[in-house]
Amino acid sequence: MENGNNAAASPEEVRRSPAFGWAARDTSGVLSPFTFSRRKNGENDVTIKILYCGICHSDLHSVKNEWQNSVYPIVPGHEIVGVVTEVGGKVDRFKVGDHAGVGCMVNSCRSCHECAGHHENHCPGMILTYNSTDVDGTVTYGGYSDSVVVEEHFAVRFPVGMPLDRGAPLLCAGITVYSPMKRFGFDVPGKHIGVVGLGGLGHVAVKFGKAFGAKVTVISTSPSKRQEAVERLGADAFLVSKDPDEMKAAWGTMDGIINTVSAAHEVTPLLSLLKTFGQMVMVGAPEKPLEIYAFPLLLGGKSIVGSIIGGMKETQEMIDFAAEHNVTADIELIAMDYVNKAMERVAKADVRYRFVIDIGNTLSAA
Amino acid sequence: MAVGGSCSSHEYRSPHHSDRKKAMAELGNGKKQASPEEVHPRKAFGWAARDKSGVLSPFAFSRRNTGADDVTIKILYCGICHSDLHTAKNEWSNAIYPMVPGHEIVGVVTEVGQNVQNFKVGEKVGVGCIVNSCLSCQNCNRDYENYCPRIILTYNSLDVDGTMTYGGYSNMVVVNQHFVIRFPENLPLDKGAPLLCAGITVYSPLKEHGLDVPGKHLGVVGLGGLGHVAVKFGKAFGMKVTVISTSAKKEKEAIERLGADAFLVSSNAEQMQAAMGTMDGIINTVSADHSIAPLAFLLKTHGKMIMVGAPEKPLQLPIFSLILGGKTLAGSCIGGIKATQEMIDFAAKNNITADIELIPISYLNEAMERLTKADVRYRFVIDIGNSLTEA
Repeated sequence: MENGNNAAASPEEVRRSPAFGWAARDTSGVLSPFTFSRRKNGENDVTIKILYCGICHSDLHSVKNEWQNSVYPIVPGHEIVGVVTEVGGKVDRFKVGDHAGVGCMVNSCRSCHECAGHHENHCPGMILTYNSTDVDGTVTYGGYSDSVVVEEHFAVRFPVGMPLDRGAPLLCAGITVYSPMKRFGFDVPGKHIGVVGLGGLGHVAVKFGKAFGAKVTVISTSPSKRQEAVERLGADAFLVSKDPDEMKAAWGTMDGIINTVSAAHEVTPLLSLLKTFGQMVMVGAPEKPLEIYAFPLLLGGKSIVGSIIGGMKETQEMIDFAAEHNVTADIELIAMDYVNKAMERVAKADVRYRFVIDIGNTLSAA
Repeated sequence: MAVGGSCSSHEYRSPHHSDRKKAMAELGNGKKQASPEEVHPRKAFGWAARDKSGVLSPFAFSRRNTGADDVTIKILYCGICHSDLHTAKNEWSNAIYPMVPGHEIVGVVTEVGQNVQNFKVGEKVGVGCIVNSCLSCQNCNRDYENYCPRIILTYNSLDVDGTMTYGGYSNMVVVNQHFVIRFPENLPLDKGAPLLCAGITVYSPLKEHGLDVPGKHLGVVGLGGLGHVAVKFGKAFGMKVTVISTSAKKEKEAIERLGADAFLVSSNAEQMQAAMGTMDGIINTVSADHSIAPLAFLLKTHGKMIMVGAPEKPLQLPIFSLILGGKTLAGSCIGGIKATQEMIDFAAKNNITADIELIPISYLNEAMERLTKADVRYRFVIDIGNSLTEA
C-alpha cells in the first residue's frame, strides 16, 4: 500500500481481486459497465458475492453530483445483499455460505466517542460504501457490482428465511426510519405516529410502525395513495396534506412524525398535527432550505430533529426485528441493464416503492 | 407568547367554577358587555394601553372579590417583559383594549379565600404569565399548565367569567391560589420579579432537555432579559456557558459581570468556526429575525437548540446540519406552575436574580421606547408600591 507518492493509490495497484459493476462517469449520471478491483480479503474481512442491490434515491443524487461531492467513476449502491464467499482469520460472526448485507457504511474510526456508543453513523471518520476515500487511500465502490469486501463489523447477518431481494432496501431505507423511531419512543404500542411521504422510506416506516403496535397515519400530497396506504400497507388513517379540513381534524393528535419527504414542502402545518412535546423527525434531505414558523414550536414545546441512518448494532437489530415481524420492502425487481431507466423513474418517484437490481442473475462481465 | 384566549365554550372543572358561573349570570344575559370599570365589585387602578400605539396611561378598572380559592395581592413590583410591548402594540394581532400588561408580578398577600391553606396574609408572593387553566387536561395533570389548550394569561385573555384579564401594571391582583408563587424570604422582590417570566422561560427547557448537567457546554444566544438569566442559571447548574451575540461590546459584561466562560460574536466567522461542534445545547433567546444555521453548527452530535424567542419571519431550517448531526430544534414557552415554584426556590438558594433598572410608573412609556431598542441592562421593573397612585 505504501507506493511512495502522495496521490491516492490507483485502485488497480492496491486491490487485487478483479471486480465488475456499473458506474456513472459524469454528471449526466448515466451508468455503464465498469471493470475495477477490490482488495484482497483481510483477516477481519468478509467477501460477499452480491445477489441483490437496492436503488436508493441517494444513489441518484450522487451520480448526478447533486451534493457537489462526487468523484467519478462512481459505482453506487448501499443496499447490498449476497452470500459470503470468503472470511478472514479473525472473523467470528460469519461463515462461507451465510447470507449477509452491507448498508451505507464500510468503515469508521472505531475509537471515538460515537463509535464506542455504537453510533458509527456519526463518527467523523466514517467511510461510506461508495464515493468515499477508504483508509487505504482508494475510493470505495458500492453494490451495483458483483462483489464487495468489507470489515466484519460493517456486515449485517441476514437470518435464514429472510427474503434477500425484499430485505435489501432495509439496509438503508429500513435503518433510516427504524433508528429514530426507536430513539424517540415511537416504538411504544398505542402511540400515534404520522408518516409523511409514501416512498421508499415512508412505506417501510408504515410497516415498522404497525409492527411496533403504533397507530399509523400517512400524510401525503396524493389522494391517489390512500387506498394503497390503508389497504396494502396497513396504515390506520390517511391525510391529504393539502386538505385543510382533514389536517385540522388531526391537530394535536400525533406523538411523533417521521418526515421522509425530500422535496420542498410546507413543514409548519405538519407541526400542528403533533401533541404537546411531539417530535418531527426529518430523514429526507431537501435540496432547498425548508422553513418553519417559530411560534408553533414554542406553543407546545415541540421539536424538529434530524436523523441519518443508524449504527451497526442498530442495523443488525433492525434486520432481526424485520425478519421476526415479516417486515420487508415492496420492490420492483429489475435487470442490471434497466438501471438507467430505473434511475429516471426514481427521479419521478415512479416506483412502488424501491427498485432492486437482480445482480446475481443479470450482472455479467461485458 | 400571548395566545388569544377564546374560551367561550368549554367545560371547566376548576375550583372556582361555580363562583364564575354566578358572576356570569350577574353580568346580565344578553345585555351589553359591562365596561371594565363596572364588571367586578372592587376598585383597582393601573396603567393601560388604549390602542396600538402602545402608549400607556392611568386607568381605573375593577377586580373580583376574593373567591374561596383566591389570593388577593397588593402589588409592589412588576417587571416589563418584551411580550408586554408586543401585545400592547398589537404586534401579535390579538390585542383587546384597554390593556393592562404585566406578568412579572411580586407583592404581598392582603386576603385569602376560605379554601386557601398555603398562603397567609403578609406573605410575599408572585404571579407570572398564567392565572388560570382547565386543571383537568393531560397537560395540566402533568404540571404543564403552560400547554393547556384553555390557558388563561395574566393579561389580555378572556377569563372564565367572560371578563378580560388585567395584568401587573396595577395596584392589586386577585388570583387562584394554584397560580400563585411563594417567594422565599431571602429572594429580593424587585430583582426576583423578572424570574416569573424570563426566569421560568429559560429554566424550564434547560431542565426538560437535560441542559442542567455539570460540565456540559451551554450556548446562550442573545444577551437581554432572557439571555442574562440563562447565563446565571447555566453557571448555577455547573455548566460551561458561552454567550453568542451580535454585539462585541457585550463581551466584558458577559464574562466579568455575568460569569460566562466564553463569548462569540456571531458575525465573526473565525470564532464561530473554532467553536463548531462544541456545545451540548443552545438556548436561543433572540426574537429578532436571524439565521439559525450558523448556530446549529455550534452543536455537538445529538445537540439541541431551544427557541424561546419567536422571530416573526420563518426560520430557515439547516436541514443538512440537523440530519448529519442528529440534532434537535425545539421550542419552549414559559413553564408550568410547579416548575415555576421550583425555579424560584432554586434561584433563592443560589442567589440568582435579574439585573434590573427600577423605574417609577411615570417612566413607563419611556421605558417601553428604550425596550424597543433593547436599551436596558437587562429588565425594567416598575416600583409599583412606591410610585403607582390613583390618578
